Amino acid sequence: MRYSAFKVIWNGLGGNRGWKPVWRNPQPRSRYDVIIIGGGGHGLATAYYLAKKYGVTNVAVLERGYLGGGNVGRNTTVVRANYMLDGNSQFYSHSLKLWETLAQELNYNVMLSQRGCLMLAHSDGQMDAMARRGNMIHMQGDDAELWEAATVRRHLPYLDFDNARFPIRGGLMQWRAGTARHDAVAWGFARGADRLGVDLIQNCAVTGFHIRNGRVLGVETTRGTIAADKVGMTVAGRSSEVGQMAGLRLPIESHVLQAFVTEGLKPLIDTVVSFGMGHFYISQSDKGGLVYGGDLDGYNSYAQRGNLPMVEHVAEAGMALMPMLGKARMLRSWGGIMDMTMDGSPIIDKTPIEGLYFNGGWCYGGFKAVPGSGDVFAHLIATGRSHEVAEKYRIDRFQTGDLIDEEGTGATPNLH
Amino acid sequence: MRINCPLCGARDSREFHYRGSAKLIDRPLPEQGRAAMFDYVYIRDNPAGVTRELWHHRNGCRAWLVVARDTTSHKILSVELAADRGRVRS
Ligand SMILES: Cc1cc2nc3c(=O)[nH]c(=O)nc-3n(C[C@H](O)[C@H](O)[C@H](O)COP(=O)(O)OP(=O)(O)OC[C@H]3O[C@@H](n4cnc5c(N)ncnc54)[C@H](O)[C@@H]3O)c2cc1C
Ligand SMILES: [Zn+2]
Repeated sequence: MRYSAFKVIWNGLGGNRGWKPVWRNPQPRSRYDVIIIGGGGHGLATAYYLAKKYGVTNVAVLERGYLGGGNVGRNTTVVRANYMLDGNSQFYSHSLKLWETLAQELNYNVMLSQRGCLMLAHSDGQMDAMARRGNMIHMQGDDAELWEAATVRRHLPYLDFDNARFPIRGGLMQWRAGTARHDAVAWGFARGADRLGVDLIQNCAVTGFHIRNGRVLGVETTRGTIAADKVGMTVAGRSSEVGQMAGLRLPIESHVLQAFVTEGLKPLIDTVVSFGMGHFYISQSDKGGLVYGGDLDGYNSYAQRGNLPMVEHVAEAGMALMPMLGKARMLRSWGGIMDMTMDGSPIIDKTPIEGLYFNGGWCYGGFKAVPGSGDVFAHLIATGRSHEVAEKYRIDRFQTGDLIDEEGTGATPNLH
Repeated sequence: MRINCPLCGARDSREFHYRGSAKLIDRPLPEQGRAAMFDYVYIRDNPAGVTRELWHHRNGCRAWLVVARDTTSHKILSVELAADRGRVRS
């Protein structure tokens, strides 16, 4: 069914009994042209673009839990393209452009809200760094505005400008950045892929690979053996675990990142504010909850939950930036497993095993990447060549020294 | 999380700095070649389950510890002095 305003009104008049489930729940077949492991944002987007752009429709997405139950449904939904380094810059620019037409492309309201994202600066040196970053963003063809403190004050009068440790000197604003509805992105791609013939198979964990003479022949799953010519991995926080099943040893650590939401409040914060020095960022959801987060807890974890020291730290940072936050009550907190690479940038590449492709290492920035990553991963799987905006995301860059270390922190995944 | 430091007793994890996999104790020698050094710097086993890792009791006795911990539950299974581990090796 195609969605439209007319359909909404029509079904509303009929007591909303006319809606149908948006995807099938098929039994796995014994063979596919392409298997995608992991039904998060990246896996679903890859399957969609494989079918849509390359006509590869004999595809299965194997998800061990339910679609969208991983990080794609746990993130704080910030979408932006304010990266600086060659490699990241062109990729995130490409992804943001896809975001801007995604709702039309999928015929599904992903609720992209380009409300802007402001990165705060607290010293002259940081203002210089922001100016440089802004220039690089312009050279990439995206937007950035350098704001003085007075401009920040006009837009966000409630920040603590005269904080003793981190007085606000200005910031870098990207207006085309913003937020989107995370679940809708997963569901929109899932529905789109299903409609093009892709089998979305839930409760189906991959437990091993069939590899012969360096070539992948298929996968072993909790629902039986499934053969395939090509297999793509998009398992995010589980990359090392699944990679190991194929004998891959990866430059990745899994860490927990927490996020928080307050009770619903009247409209208060109309943009995304990131307070890098305090390790804090915040926006307000359409339901009114203040959605905020901070840093990784800092130790390897697969637990999908964090500990209290980080809860306290994030609350303190929030209070330092926005003292009024102290009046809001925190409603929920949760955690997700982040696939942190050794340079903080993702990997989208072939592997040494013929027919096995790897997509992962998204760290905590992979939501904004969903359409871009799906597009370029589908390109890689279908054509065997890297898409031009992703050719720096090589799996061997750690050997060759072509790292993309946006934060400049070296091989310390918990600091990226 | 509380970490039972062999020298100070059970302390809040906030007193400790996390360094990562305990494989970092075994720094390869130059004659072991580039591949060994590459593996040491960049590759991690990253198990979902029990892992051995380095924690530094920064706000305590400043000893480096080797902690065995389950990454799926955050449960700490054992804590020993990294210095002892180093001596066993050499
Ligand atoms: C708290 C938090 C806040 C974040 N905030 C932002 C943000 O503001 N902006 C941003 O850009 N990014 C953000 N991120 C990062 C972003 O959510 C992730 O990088 C991105 O969602 C990862 O890709 P994915 O959607 O494919 O992952 P997932 O949704 O995790 O998908 C991976 C899937 O693989 C499945 N899987 C794993 N192992 C197997 C197996 N053996 N067999 C079958 N299936 C398997 C999992 O069940 C899972 O569903 C945040 C993340 C968290 C946790
Ligand atoms: Zn101690």
